[in-house]
Amino acid sequence: MSIKVFDQTGPVSGQYRPETDALLSLSGVTKQYPGVLALADFDFDLRAGEVHVLFGENGAGKSTMISMIAGASRPSAGEIRLRGELVDFRSVQLARRAGVRAVFQEFSLVPELTVEENIFLGQEASRGPFLDKAELRQRARAILDHLGFDLKNDQPVAYLSRADQQMVEIAKAFVDDIAVLILDEPTASLTEKETDRLFALVDAAKKNGTGVIYITHRMAEIKRLGDRVTVLRDGRKIATLDAQDISEERLIELMTGRVIEQVFPNIGFAPAALMLEIENLTLAGGVVRDASIQVRAGEVVGIAGLVGCGKGEIGRAAFGLERVRAGRIRFKGRDTTGHSPSAMLKDGMFYLPSDRRNEGLVMARGGRENIALSSLDDNAFTRFGFLKRSAEAKITQKLAQDVELRPMDLERSVDQFSGGNQQKIVIAKALARKIDFFIFDEPTVGVDVGTRVAIYALIRDLCEAGAGILLISSDLPEILHLSHRAYVMYRGTIRSEIAQADLSQENLLSHFFERDAS
Amino acid sequence: MTELPLSRSLAASPRSSLARTAKLAFVRIGVLPVLLIIALVCFTAMSGNFLSTRNLMNVARQSSYLTIVSLGQMLALIAGGIDLSVGTTLAVTSVVSALAMVAALNAFPDMIWLAIVAGMVSGLLVGSIIGLINGAGVALLGVNPFMMTLGMTSVGFGIALYLTSGVPVYGMPEAFGAVLGFGTIATVPIPIYVTLLLVVLMYVLLNWTRLGRYIYAVGGNMKAARLSGINSRSTLLATYLMCSGLTTIAGLMLTARLSTGEANIGASMPLESIAACVIGGVGLSGGIGRVGGVVLGALFIGLVQNGMNLARIDSYLQMVVIGTILVVAVIADRLRTRFLAELHS
Repeated sequence: MSIKVFDQTGPVSGQYRPETDALLSLSGVTKQYPGVLALADFDFDLRAGEVHVLFGENGAGKSTMISMIAGASRPSAGEIRLRGELVDFRSVQLARRAGVRAVFQEFSLVPELTVEENIFLGQEASRGPFLDKAELRQRARAILDHLGFDLKNDQPVAYLSRADQQMVEIAKAFVDDIAVLILDEPTASLTEKETDRLFALVDAAKKNGTGVIYITHRMAEIKRLGDRVTVLRDGRKIATLDAQDISEERLIELMTGRVIEQVFPNIGFAPAALMLEIENLTLAGGVVRDASIQVRAGEVVGIAGLVGCGKGEIGRAAFGLERVRAGRIRFKGRDTTGHSPSAMLKDGMFYLPSDRRNEGLVMARGGRENIALSSLDDNAFTRFGFLKRSAEAKITQKLAQDVELRPMDLERSVDQFSGGNQQKIVIAKALARKIDFFIFDEPTVGVDVGTRVAIYALIRDLCEAGAGILLISSDLPEILHLSHRAYVMYRGTIRSEIAQADLSQENLLSHFFERDAS
Repeated sequence: MTELPLSRSLAASPRSSLARTAKLAFVRIGVLPVLLIIALVCFTAMSGNFLSTRNLMNVARQSSYLTIVSLGQMLALIAGGIDLSVGTTLAVTSVVSALAMVAALNAFPDMIWLAIVAGMVSGLLVGSIIGLINGAGVALLGVNPFMMTLGMTSVGFGIALYLTSGVPVYGMPEAFGAVLGFGTIATVPIPIYVTLLLVVLMYVLLNWTRLGRYIYAVGGNMKAARLSGINSRSTLLATYLMCSGLTTIAGLMLTARLSTGEANIGASMPLESIAACVIGGVGLSGGIGRVGGVVLGALFIGLVQNGMNLARIDSYLQMVVIGTILVVAVIADRLRTRFLAELHS
């Protein structure tokens, strides 16, 4: 058996018939890491011109699978065929030459380089030994225009928003002919409009005969784009189904291996004393202007709005992370404008950041140290600056069990946990000290359904125990089902306040976008 | 929540099981034990005296200065920084303490111990000021630690040369060298006791105190540390202060050993201390490192230098060897990180 190594663009085998044969097929693919079986005996096929959705919890093996197809890692056993030919992608470069393109969640952009430099990174046009900059610029412009992305091609990527960076990442994949396109939760940080644009692109790619592997947790996207869905659990394939005639309940059941009756819990409403009161807040830079909100003990208050509308900054400002230009922040009746995060923590407020890798966790350290980190000034954890290590081990172990951390290993560094479990560690950290006011900033981004349900149940428990909760989210259903009251933000200002009785998708959405001046 | 099995393993195929075991062992223990064994075998073969008690005690004493400086360097590295100015901190300490001692002795010729204390205090003070400046630049003004400490390297070295006109300072009380440099308790040299004490202190600091935990957190993720209510500025300031404090102690003991104040004594310290840390498993991007590893790393370098001396290897060639070991250690560490990622991803 000869294995084709893509050291150059290989000729297409004569036996491949695009009408009937799979464009890409995996058979018996296994990925074994020492001690861990990430993917077991996995069969999969992708037809030309279809969108094949991968659905599964974090850690189910989706990332392992696409990393092998994209050449980022190699299978321990089994074979991958592209157009019927056995392939062995030893690097991302080789996979790219064969027409396999991946847009990963973790951005592969160089912040200091410009948009166009990033788009062509590793495949620069050159004239002799020199870069052909004019050619690069022209082609970058053409790609961006074709995609309909509103980006300046000479701007350094570092200055772009997360959504814009995501668009550059997508543009990178569309540089030339694509046989297989892999999209890993591409809409996580896109606005509605950009999402629509991306969907149109995926449709266009389908028409050209590109096979698309699409990872998402969102049902609406499966309905909108998907042809088939493959469900993974624990590194194994559970089923491949037709995307159009499957219900969300059935998918979740397949994914988790059990029936989840209700994703969103009913949260008891017993509003008590006013806890957080923000009056006419304006931040330096004008991301938030003249915003006022109130949160009581025993209620969940949502802030909805598009990506970049300033809703996250309100939460950050309350916790002392933003520079306040005007307005007042009062917490538990005291003026806390300009207080530091450590002062706010001592007062009983905790902010769970949306970006847990960069702001939530010390990735190189273990779960125990991370969970205890914000509570080390508490007498339960230290005495005269010395750590009580056994008490710490006991408390963090208990908290990790409460949030059902998997795997239950508090010494393993947190970058070796899945996204959902990292979020659980952040939550355990919030529970490690006496906190009665929680700010959740996008608590379920990149988190699987199982963990999502656990987080929602936790929000219910905290609220019913009398804590005040500010829930900032771009996920509409989350705001709809969990909040007792919600604010909608639009371009840095509070557009409206909606009571629970009036909370509906239409009602919320009507405040999301520009209103006609009438 | 679904019950996810923690880990499952397939029966390893016999062909690759040996390689996998070697890989696993390498990931678990790191590169240092391998290097130590290679060095021990080589030098024992090259020189019969190498494994004698006397020689090993000698290695321990000679390594004690580097060990102490490396402990300081380790703090800076764990906090996500680096201290390139350890060499000049050593030099400035040496020169200033020697000058102060000589001056005090001239003023009060009968009060030898007063002169010694005055010299040590002024050395400690000046060394700590360098740390304070480093810390202030890094923590308060946000200067890149590499640039900050590189700049201070020149400043410190210049001051040390200026104060002495480049000539070693003689005339320190003999008691100073006799106790701190050549003194022994129960046949074990005093520098070894001092080093042991500092090693224990650093171990306690990093593993059993809040400040230690904060140093790891600030180095591992400054933003997350801030959001956890940690004052990253004071943590960094304390880190650089402790780093220079440790270096200063090494400087005083080295001055006592040499019985002169010299501007050139720390020239190899930045490289060697960083090498000891990296070989000992301290991460260059912060947040990772253990006291035990660093001590072994420093001892290893001392062992190699001693072995090469016994084997009469030219001192210029020794520089080549040390540099090579550093690079090899870094490469091995990269490999190890990759295997580790493979293990867990």
